Amino acid sequence: MASTTPLDLPPAPPAPRGRPGSTGRAGDKIFIGLSRGSGILLLVVMASIAVFLSYRAVLAISKDEGNFLTTLDWNPAGDPPVFGIAVLLFGTVVSSVIAMVIAVPVAIGIALFISHYAPRKLAAPLGYVIDLLAAVPSIVYGIWGALVLVPYLEGLNLWLDQFFGWTYVFEKTEVGIPRSLFTVGILLAIMILPIVTSVSREVFLQVPKMNEEAALALGATRWEVIRLSVLPFGRSGIISASMLGLGRALGETMAVATVLSPSFIISLHVLDPGGGTFAQNIAAGFGEADEFGRDALIASGLVLFVLTLLVNGAARLIIARRKEYSGANA
Amino acid sequence: MAKRIDVGGLTAYYGSHKAIEDISMTVEPRSVTAFIGPSGCGKSTFLRTLNRMHEVTPGGRVEGKVLLDDEDLYGSGVDPVTVRRTVGMVFQRPNPFPTMSIFDNVAAGLRLNGSYRKNQLADIVEKSLRGANLWNEVKDRLNKPGSGLSGGQQQRLCIARAIAVEPDVLLMDEPCSALDPISTLAIEDLIGELKERFTIVIVTHNMQQAARVSDRTAFFNLAAVGKPGRLVEIDETERIFSNPSVQATEDYISGRFG
Ligand SMILES: Nc1ncnc2c1ncn2[C@@H]1O[C@H](COP(=O)(O)OP(=O)(O)O)[C@@H](O)[C@H]1O
Ligand SMILES: [Mg+2]
Repeated sequence: MASTTPLDLPPAPPAPRGRPGSTGRAGDKIFIGLSRGSGILLLVVMASIAVFLSYRAVLAISKDEGNFLTTLDWNPAGDPPVFGIAVLLFGTVVSSVIAMVIAVPVAIGIALFISHYAPRKLAAPLGYVIDLLAAVPSIVYGIWGALVLVPYLEGLNLWLDQFFGWTYVFEKTEVGIPRSLFTVGILLAIMILPIVTSVSREVFLQVPKMNEEAALALGATRWEVIRLSVLPFGRSGIISASMLGLGRALGETMAVATVLSPSFIISLHVLDPGGGTFAQNIAAGFGEADEFGRDALIASGLVLFVLTLLVNGAARLIIARRKEYSGANA
Repeated sequence: MAKRIDVGGLTAYYGSHKAIEDISMTVEPRSVTAFIGPSGCGKSTFLRTLNRMHEVTPGGRVEGKVLLDDEDLYGSGVDPVTVRRTVGMVFQRPNPFPTMSIFDNVAAGLRLNGSYRKNQLADIVEKSLRGANLWNEVKDRLNKPGSGLSGGQQQRLCIARAIAVEPDVLLMDEPCSALDPISTLAIEDLIGELKERFTIVIVTHNMQQAARVSDRTAFFNLAAVGKPGRLVEIDETERIFSNPSVQATEDYISGRFG
């Protein structure tokens, strides 16, 4: 009883059914099959890696005679085996925090300069250079830092000790070349600076013209435009850029291994040599370790993984909490 | 304080492209002047020269004079930032600060201009929102983001933000073109009220709107695509729509082109 219209109209084409992606052309079907297949494959591979690593890690931790979380030692080859991640967690967090505190403000400053202050003729090449620098593998900065930068940091350390030594954190109790967490932090800051700058600059360039003109038309100066329009709009982008940098800092291996003189102590004297990070400890130990030693290192690696997840989750929370205020729906 | 605008021999460029040429006119205080003309004839460009927003565009350049009462906005030593604090602007698409609350949106200009005590600020915000006929709709949610309002409410929020700093002149560039008919009417009513206090210049592509809200109408045209836009004539709105002195105006208004 479909076509009992008074006029003799041709029957209407059938309404599309279901999802638009599943309308049955051969190409669509192949594409859907391929993407679904590779998605599933990826998940399976990742899951099996996770299971494998967790299994090895649990194996190692179950034989740990120390406390895996609190022991200030890393000696899985000993008898009995004793190892704990406290020093690594501390060192990783402290050096990364130092790196972020230094790098993020500087990166935002440089990005704002390129996107909103520099004359056009300068801005384009500068942006290009920053993008290039961001693509350079971070180990290059690591080597430069270890060879060139570290010797120069001694002066900075002495200065910090002299004027901020009373804060305890910047008190220097050992003299000599500063192979310390602080130096590592500075080096990490330099390494992540280009990527954070590059992404931030990209974000600042995307601020809609009408948002900036809203501020301009109220009689805002250039800085006020940045404060009223650019930074609020770029907020979540800045957080993402920082997370990208933090991810690199947390996982950076070789540069830290080149600079730090590792030791299994926890000291808030960040200018004193010693300490360690997850990545550095793995890089330093993996070669010589026996199978059990490697399992122990894998366990520490999983902790780093969880740490990264937590940090990213926190960042997402921060972004989501202000979603209704986000610039996206303007 | 509403002020008179006197434009003399104004030409504006985008880089080497001359967008408008040799425009002169006078806009009386406490009146509404409408700009009409085919699109691309330079209405927006001209409007933006009146608060020195034109030069924000890369390559934007202006020749000629714009006197506000007797002060040349383009005189040497005049800071464009100061000009924009006395000549407010409302844009085609509502552009409240998306991360700010309704209250902060209205207070934004005030906070740029100086420091106010908290209750003083609240008074001005309320007065401005009332002035923009928005107070009753938002008084219970001043702390909610401005981007959560409807398009018409957002545009009135932008008007409230602009009038909060008590500008001498209020420029509006097709303020209703992104709005539904009801919101458009609300804004047209509002313009009628605001002209008691401000000098208003409004660009519109809607001739009925020009006829409804304005006291005087300026017709702009361009000789050909790529040629600079020019002011054809400016006169009492009634005259422009009943008996314009230039044939091109009549052709445009009667819909014979454009
Ligand atoms: N940002 C810009 N850069 C270069 N040319 C522009 C720009 N904005 C407008 N123009 C040119 O200036 C002329 C006038 O444009 P506009 O003032 O927007 O006209 P209207 O508002 O009357 O439609 C047009 O030829 C347009 O192409
Ligand atoms: Mg326009």
